Amino acid sequence: MMSRILTYRELLLAAIIIVLIAVFAYRAPGFASPESLANIFNDTAILIILALGQMAVILTRSIDLSVAANLSFTGMAVAMMNAAYPGIPLPVLILCALAIGAALGAINGFMVWKIGIPAIVATLGTLTVYRGMAFVLSGGAWVNQTQMTPIFLDAPRTSVLGLPVLGWTAILVIALIAVTFTRTVFGRTLYAAGGNPTAALYAGINVGRTRFFAFMLSGALAGLCGYLWVSRYAVAYVDIAAGFELDTVAACVIGGISTLGGIGSVGGAVLGALFLGVIKNALPVINISPFWQMAISGLVIIIAVLFNARQERRKGRLILRDAAKQRPSLVNAQAGGAAA
Amino acid sequence: MKAFAKLALGTALGLALFAGSASAQNVKIGLLVKSLGNGFFEAANKGAQEAAKELGGVEVIYTGPTTTTAEGQIEVINALIAQRVDAIAISANDPDAVVPALKRAAQRGIKVISWDSAVGKDGRILHLNPSSNELIGNMCLKLAASHLPDGKGDFAILSATSTSTNQNTWIAEMKKQLPKYPGLNLVTTVYGDDLADKSYREAQGLLKSYPNVKVIVAPTTVGVLAASQAVKDAGKIGQVYVTGLGLPSEMAGAVHSGATKEFAIWNPIDLGYSATQIAYRLIKNETDGKPGSEINAGRMGKIKIGDNGEAAMADPFVYDKKNVDEFAKIF
Repeated sequence: MMSRILTYRELLLAAIIIVLIAVFAYRAPGFASPESLANIFNDTAILIILALGQMAVILTRSIDLSVAANLSFTGMAVAMMNAAYPGIPLPVLILCALAIGAALGAINGFMVWKIGIPAIVATLGTLTVYRGMAFVLSGGAWVNQTQMTPIFLDAPRTSVLGLPVLGWTAILVIALIAVTFTRTVFGRTLYAAGGNPTAALYAGINVGRTRFFAFMLSGALAGLCGYLWVSRYAVAYVDIAAGFELDTVAACVIGGISTLGGIGSVGGAVLGALFLGVIKNALPVINISPFWQMAISGLVIIIAVLFNARQERRKGRLILRDAAKQRPSLVNAQAGGAAA
Repeated sequence: MKAFAKLALGTALGLALFAGSASAQNVKIGLLVKSLGNGFFEAANKGAQEAAKELGGVEVIYTGPTTTTAEGQIEVINALIAQRVDAIAISANDPDAVVPALKRAAQRGIKVISWDSAVGKDGRILHLNPSSNELIGNMCLKLAASHLPDGKGDFAILSATSTSTNQNTWIAEMKKQLPKYPGLNLVTTVYGDDLADKSYREAQGLLKSYPNVKVIVAPTTVGVLAASQAVKDAGKIGQVYVTGLGLPSEMAGAVHSGATKEFAIWNPIDLGYSATQIAYRLIKNETDGKPGSEINAGRMGKIKIGDNGEAAMADPFVYDKKNVDEFAKIF
């Protein structure tokens, strides 16, 4: 089982990241210094946490486009709570963030599970709804640095052993998720439900309920990131993390999480997020015209995915799904049954 | 809601009529804002009342709809016409929708000007901008110079998106006026896309790639905040300063942390003051407000009317440690 965490594909991606860092370090000396690398990891922490939540959802053949909106709403909610009641201890606020995020995720999960709306449509809807709710909640006003308590702002940037708490949070989440996905019934169910819903159903797995919990997990992590984001940038407004949901999907895809569900490792998602993080942090320091930046980062992503797609094709473990594809009527009937 | 607004309007109307009959020779100026209950406009009213007191014999009627709609403003304009005000100074919710109502007011001899948010050319005599692109560009350079020893050294610009019109206009103005500040050296311009995370990274990149940059100028609120945070997190407070355009409530934290000493934005009090002054001069026929004319605006000096009947009030107002908290309460 452990071998799943670091397969050939992950090694290749890790190698690509190291080559990238080397190339960037050649253009911008100091880019590869331990301090700078710790900085990059810390900067990518939020993306890593969100990508792991997204991964859980993608594993079950769904997608969660509402993560960034969830982050925005939860971030606004905890910032306003902190501003209005500075006496609430930070752990309580963080629990609130997790709970609000999980509740918003549960709404997505419920729509996919019980109402049977395709995940992409349901979360596209809630993407707008959650941001709109953040607007209603705040009346469009910003929560500023001076309104937040020092501990609220300083906790994630406190340095422990050279890495801020924000970075350690990501490491903790990675460890928890890695154990959950490889060692628990829920984790294995995620893979089974996405890998072959029909077979999963025959094996006694409730595919819809698994999706529901995947959405809840993604939502809870987005809620946590809501607090981390607001604290890191010391301001909460409706548009924070606009478009960030696409980064989380990109991180998963680059990391080899199959959008068809059932395939992917925690290591892959983390490396995918780090890959994006390295590029995002390198572009400002290597003196590339801003007009080229977007084109370049898009191009690099496509190349990385191409590598991964070729890897995927070589593998021969999709026999069951390919067989099911030849009898689409059966799949549809079962998928319908699973959704209901 | 609607009924309440009408009731409130009716009451205001009644009160105003009553007050009007009490002091018949007073000049009445309607200060019509986008919506009531907005700190920015409350501050503008403060300036307008100051001007009224200074001029004497002036009554400023501060009014506006409860929500920022053009329909609401049209109702208020009609009410102001009925009150026989001498002038209306409007910050419009829609440049075109309010024009017919304002034209009706003009036909009854009411002098109409717009301020802050413009009205179409047909609907007003002149429009008062809080500042001009030229003055904003100059102010950004002035702020950069004041953060540098002897006004000499390297600075960088952190903008919003590379396609943002107002940002690019201001940056072009800064480049044009750079020769006025010898020793001030623009190293590079980077784009944070008005996203907190990207602006933060771009500011970090500046700190890394250009160790000589001592000032980051960000003419955008998201950028100036993110850059302040990046400087603070990098432990470079006192070595690198951040300045630019931002709102006092948002910037107060950065000013207190020392990441920024001064920043600028228009002052709503001055804006309300100037609008009232100009409206008064128009009523007294001291000026016709045609392009090219100069209008006396009390303590704000003479304001020149430019093309299209648009005027620029003054340099953006500079905020620092001393006054930022006071204004942070307003907007």
